[in-house]
Amino acid sequence: MSLVSEPKQGGCALPEIARERGQRQVFCGLAGIVWLHRKIQDAFFLVVGSRTCAHLLQSAAGVMIFAEPRFATAILQERDLAGMADCNQELDRVVADVLERRPDIKTLFLVGSCPSEVIKLDLGKAAERLSEHYSGRVQVIDYSASGLETTFTQGEDTCLGALVPRLPALPSIERSLLVLGTLPDVVEDQFRRLFDALEIGPVHFLPPRQASELPPVGPGTSVLLAQPFLGETARALHKRGATLLTAPYPFGVEGTLAWLKAAAAAWGVAPERVDEVAAPAVARARRGLARYREQLAGKRIYFMPDSQLEIPLARFLQRELGVELVEVASPFIDRQLMEHELALLPEGVRLTEGQDVDTQLDRVRAARPDLTVCGLGLANPLEAEGLRTKWSIELVFSPVHGFDQAADLAELFARPLTRGALLQV
Amino acid sequence: MQLTLWSYEGPPHIGAMRVAASMQGVHLVLHAPQGDTYSDLLFTMIERRDSRPPVTYTTFQARELGADTAELVKDTIQSCYDRFSPEVLLIGESCTAELIQDQPGALAQGMGLPIPVLPLELPAYTRKESWGANETFYQLVRGLLHERRPAPGESRPPRPEGQRPRANLLGPISLGFRCRDDVTEITRLLDMIGVDVHVVAPLGASPADLLRLPEADFNICLYPETADQTCLWLERMFGQPTVKTVPLGIGATRDFIAEVGRVAGIDTSGIAMPDWSRMPWYSRSVDSTYLTGKRVFIFGDATHAVAAARVASEELGFTVVGLGTYAREFAREVRAAAKQYGVEPLITDDYLEVEARVAEAHPELVLGTQMERHIAKRLGVPCAVISAPVHVQDFPARYAPQMGYEGANVLFDTWVHPLMMGLEEHLITMFREDFEFNDASTPSHLGHGTSPGRVPETTVSAQPQETSPAEGDDASATTWAPEAEQELKKIPFFVRGKARRNTERYATERGIQTITVETLYDAKAHFGR
Repeated sequence: MSLVSEPKQGGCALPEIARERGQRQVFCGLAGIVWLHRKIQDAFFLVVGSRTCAHLLQSAAGVMIFAEPRFATAILQERDLAGMADCNQELDRVVADVLERRPDIKTLFLVGSCPSEVIKLDLGKAAERLSEHYSGRVQVIDYSASGLETTFTQGEDTCLGALVPRLPALPSIERSLLVLGTLPDVVEDQFRRLFDALEIGPVHFLPPRQASELPPVGPGTSVLLAQPFLGETARALHKRGATLLTAPYPFGVEGTLAWLKAAAAAWGVAPERVDEVAAPAVARARRGLARYREQLAGKRIYFMPDSQLEIPLARFLQRELGVELVEVASPFIDRQLMEHELALLPEGVRLTEGQDVDTQLDRVRAARPDLTVCGLGLANPLEAEGLRTKWSIELVFSPVHGFDQAADLAELFARPLTRGALLQV
Repeated sequence: MQLTLWSYEGPPHIGAMRVAASMQGVHLVLHAPQGDTYSDLLFTMIERRDSRPPVTYTTFQARELGADTAELVKDTIQSCYDRFSPEVLLIGESCTAELIQDQPGALAQGMGLPIPVLPLELPAYTRKESWGANETFYQLVRGLLHERRPAPGESRPPRPEGQRPRANLLGPISLGFRCRDDVTEITRLLDMIGVDVHVVAPLGASPADLLRLPEADFNICLYPETADQTCLWLERMFGQPTVKTVPLGIGATRDFIAEVGRVAGIDTSGIAMPDWSRMPWYSRSVDSTYLTGKRVFIFGDATHAVAAARVASEELGFTVVGLGTYAREFAREVRAAAKQYGVEPLITDDYLEVEARVAEAHPELVLGTQMERHIAKRLGVPCAVISAPVHVQDFPARYAPQMGYEGANVLFDTWVHPLMMGLEEHLITMFREDFEFNDASTPSHLGHGTSPGRVPETTVSAQPQETSPAEGDDASATTWAPEAEQELKKIPFFVRGKARRNTERYATERGIQTITVETLYDAKAHFGR
């Protein structure tokens, strides 16, 4: 892989990572549908799975999107498994139902699940067949979000990875910047303005707001990751000739600046120019962060493994807000994509890859951190033990990238502490 | 394959979790892939449970499938036993584990743990959550009491002189609808009759409590969805009679007291309704006259739906225009009740079908689950929640039972509150064209402005016609004169669709091509309200 790297800070050895195996307390990749179906507005996600898959989506999504979901589950039943029904015919029937109900849909994702993988239902073939059948009207794409293959945010990686072969070719003489990873529309617009000011472009985003308007890719494409959990998609883009720009992720002032500078370097824009263009936003962000630094500095934080955002967020909290890192655990650590982030972590920080939830909770209880970042299944039980927590899922669902969200991001961590101090009951 | 947007019930292993999470000293090991741990949040977030549910998952991934998942099962069981020291271990599997056939139950039983180990069969591709809870509770009770059943023919020892009759309350469960408060209320009611509660299960019970179940004189099947199998088994094996009336509403509470009296050998004829039972008087109070004939659509679990229909029709004077359940296991009860109210029973777990039927029935009030709350919101119809599946709002901080006399008070408040009050409704009917006080507004006591979910009248009335070909054909034969169309708009939105259909039917039957204002009123006279 050809990498355009920033010079490494300090040049010290990467921290050691302890590996842990045991019970995992995480969502599977299906949870990604909750944000992907809102981002890609002309797409529908049809999970081919079990009642458990449907129940998971419903529980993870809660009521916030009850109105008109652009996702559904084709629930496998006894007769499908017993071979009494032809799964492919059944799937065709269900897909016809969905498309009849939602004639506005341009892209249909067939999403593989644990049961569909175990029974080896070939969704790739089904997608091919259905694409042909609905040719000119709907493109049908398959990917797997099963818990056997994917952990939480990795579902976005497999989804976007499935789009890569379909991206149109960028003419070989042209170049473009491709920002990879779901960003809230407001953040996308902010970044676009910054890139415009730096005269970096044209800029495309993957996923796009419409799946029928896929961005082009080719040897002239530089890929900048906005989310750290998209390794497979990044590698697939690389195979289509794109160059990966590696940088810290755009959380906080430092991360966002370095991230923009990676793109600037590729476009031959001087880093000083980035500083100049970003100066007003940086000043705003620093002002916003100062308030939370007062509250968060010296506080001890523990990251349970969840979204793969743990390392960049820990870096932001430690370096920009003075938070002390008790332990940073992540379900999976892609050393290549985390290279710059790991280099920015303080020496001796405890890093864990994987999970054994009970022993991790033992460590949380022993360390009694000021704040534990964890999933919804663990938060209330820890609160009941007198420990303040931050739901990790909110970090995936809220606009937290870039300069103008840096203070909002800090506030998400400060709020449980503020609330803890406020309540007299 | 079944296309599902939203589901009323989870898979059967969720039912097993709910039983385990209801109890003390019981732990469930689930053979399940990574991701299935999501269900912990149902307990910690919806119910605001302050500890993790007693469930340990194997969370296998692809790499384990290639190796030895059986070893993983055994390791998980052992470390769960070492860490949590449960008194009873339940072993189950989720949908994916069922496919790989590791037989975790047999593996667990072969481990020689010094506690009862009960394997559960939870067929994920045919059964659902309530069934799973019912089955798990039954297997647990049977597993613990099987050896202790008396020999056939052996009669129960008589109750000692001077000891009050004792009853078990069976069925209250974690994530059930208002179980916590119903247990308190029914315990208070039984005390009034002179009956002591012996064991409540599964909610709050330990395995030792389950072993004490046969000591009670009889069982009360408070939630048949969870406990009917268990009650039947206890009746057969231990000769304990079952009280089957579910005391939801005033009439059912009276019937319940009478049944308890019969079973316990107590004369309950002198037991008066407590003076804090306000529902009967509130309902008779003249201001409630406006409730008469309100069209209500009811959907939920079978027990709550059937009970709600009785309360609605006999105790509030509503008209039941729809009755259904998502629980096929209890379809018979709902069919019987629907017949009584002269409506077509709706037995389905297809949310879209329920939505279509609600729209078609043009109710003025929907009594349903959290799913119907959303349907009603979209159709702009008031709604009260009467049944699981539950939501965080169904766990109120205050005491809010559904059963017994206080439960009836709560039903009155919760069902009547969303409606527009009597005089307000009259004013709106009289001056329909008032620009800021019309039937698209929410009731004044529920805040100002137009309810955002309220669908414009044309959509509400047009939808069923478009989706129903027979009516569509009829409608296409007749047209509405503009004045008649205007006049139709003066009819309150919740009955407008019905008025439109009746008028069109009336016109078609009489070969009338153009519906005029006269036709509209002729049809009104013909059909009545």
